[in-house]
Amino acid sequence: MIWKIFLFLLISFVSIAGITFPIVATPAHWYEFPLIMGLGENAKIIFFHVPTAWLTVVAFFMSTVYSIKYLRNKDIVDDIKAHTSAQLGMIFCILATVTGAVWAKFAWGSYWSWDPRQTSIFALLLIYGALFALRSAVEVEEKRATLSSVYSIIAFVTVPFFIFIMPRIMRGLHPGSADDTNAGPVVNFKMNGNMLLIFFLSLIGFTILYYWMWYVGYKSMLYKEKLNKQYH
Amino acid sequence: MSAYALFKKDLASELRMRYAINSLIMFIVVTISVILFSIGNEKISDFLSGGLFWVVIFFSAMSGLSRAFVSEEERGTTLTLQLIASPTTIFSGKLFFNLILVFAMNIVVALLYSALFDAFVLKNLPLFLYAFVLGNIGIAIASTLIASIIAKASSKGTLYPVLSFPILLPLMLTLIDLTKQAMDGTTFETSYIELAVLGCYDVVMIAASFLLFDFIWKD
Repeated sequence: MIWKIFLFLLISFVSIAGITFPIVATPAHWYEFPLIMGLGENAKIIFFHVPTAWLTVVAFFMSTVYSIKYLRNKDIVDDIKAHTSAQLGMIFCILATVTGAVWAKFAWGSYWSWDPRQTSIFALLLIYGALFALRSAVEVEEKRATLSSVYSIIAFVTVPFFIFIMPRIMRGLHPGSADDTNAGPVVNFKMNGNMLLIFFLSLIGFTILYYWMWYVGYKSMLYKEKLNKQYH
Repeated sequence: MSAYALFKKDLASELRMRYAINSLIMFIVVTISVILFSIGNEKISDFLSGGLFWVVIFFSAMSGLSRAFVSEEERGTTLTLQLIASPTTIFSGKLFFNLILVFAMNIVVALLYSALFDAFVLKNLPLFLYAFVLGNIGIAIASTLIASIIAKASSKGTLYPVLSFPILLPLMLTLIDLTKQAMDGTTFETSYIELAVLGCYDVVMIAASFLLFDFIWKD
C-alpha cells in the first residue's frame, strides 16, 4: 500500500513539475529549466514521451525474458507473464507513437516524416501486431506458447538494429541523430541538474507503474485460466 | 539422414512438381508488369527504382519461400522427418534449398529489372553485388525460420508476410540505402558501415535460427 501512495505522489510531482516549470535562457532558481536551442518549450515532452518509448522496449525485453524462461521450463505461467508484458508494451508503443507524432507536428512541421526513430517505433508496433496475429492463429495452448516465445525472441534480436544502429547511421531529425548539430545529444549535456532529476524520476515512476500494471494483468489472467479450467 | 540428402530430396520433388519455380516466375512477371503499368510513361527517379527493386524481391520471397515447411506439413511427412533426422540437419537442408531458391529468384529479378527499367543504373556494381549477396543470405535465413513457424499455425498464407516483414525490415532498409549508394557511385569506404550491418544481421539471424529451431520443430 505504502508504495502505491509513493507512486501516486511521484507521478503527480513529475506531471506537475514537467508541465509547469518554466523554461528560461539562464536558469537561476531550482525550478527553472534551461533553454535548449531548436527545441524551446517543445523540450518538455521528454518527461512523458521518452518514458513511454523506454517502457515499450522494457516491456518487450521482459516479454522476451519470460519467453526464454518458458522455452526452458515449459511452464504456462511464464507464457502468461510474457503475453501480459507484450500487451502492455503494445499500449505504451501506441502512446509513444502518438505523442511523438503530435510533438513532431509542432517541432518538425508534419506528423510523420519517416525519421529513423519513427521507423523504429513503427517496426516495434508491427512486431507487437505480428505477435498477436500469430497467437490468434494457433489453437493448441502449448504450441501457441512455444511459437510466440520463439517469435518474440527472434524479433527481439532485430530490435538493437532499430533502436541503436539505424538512428545513429541514418540521417534524421530526432534529437540525438547522426547529423544532429543544434539539439545535440540532449541527455548528455544540454539538460541541467533539475531537468535530469525530473527526467529520471519520471522514468522511475513510469517503470514502477508498468510493473504494477503487469503484476495485476498476469494475476487476473491466471485466475481467468483457473476459472476456465474449473467449469469445463 | 544428412542435410545434403534432405536438400537433394527437396530439389528432386521441386523439379518434378515445379510448384515453387512456376509460381515464383509468374509472380515476378506479374509484379514487375504491375509496376510498369502503374508507371506508364512517367519518368521515375533513380532512387525510387532502386527501392521498387527490393519491393519486387520482398513480395516474390513471400510468395514462394514458405513452401519449404508448409509442403511437409501438407503432405503429412513432418513426423517421418522428425524420426529420421535431428532438427539441426533439417534446418540446414531446408536453409540450403531456400538459399539456392532465393539466389536463383533474385538473379532473375535483377536481370529482368535492369533490362526493363532505364532508371536502374548501377554506377558501383561491385558494391551492389556485395549488398545483393549478403542481403540474399539474410532473406533466406529469416524466411526459412518464419516458414517453420507458420507451418504450425492456421491461415498460413496471410500470416507469412505479416510475421516476416518486421524481421526483414532492418535488412530491407539497409539494402535500399546501399542500392541508392551503389546507384550514386559511392566508394566502399563510405558504405562500409551499411555492409557491416548486413553482415551482423546475417550472423545474428543464423545463430538465433539454429538455437530456436529445436523448439519449433519438436512437438
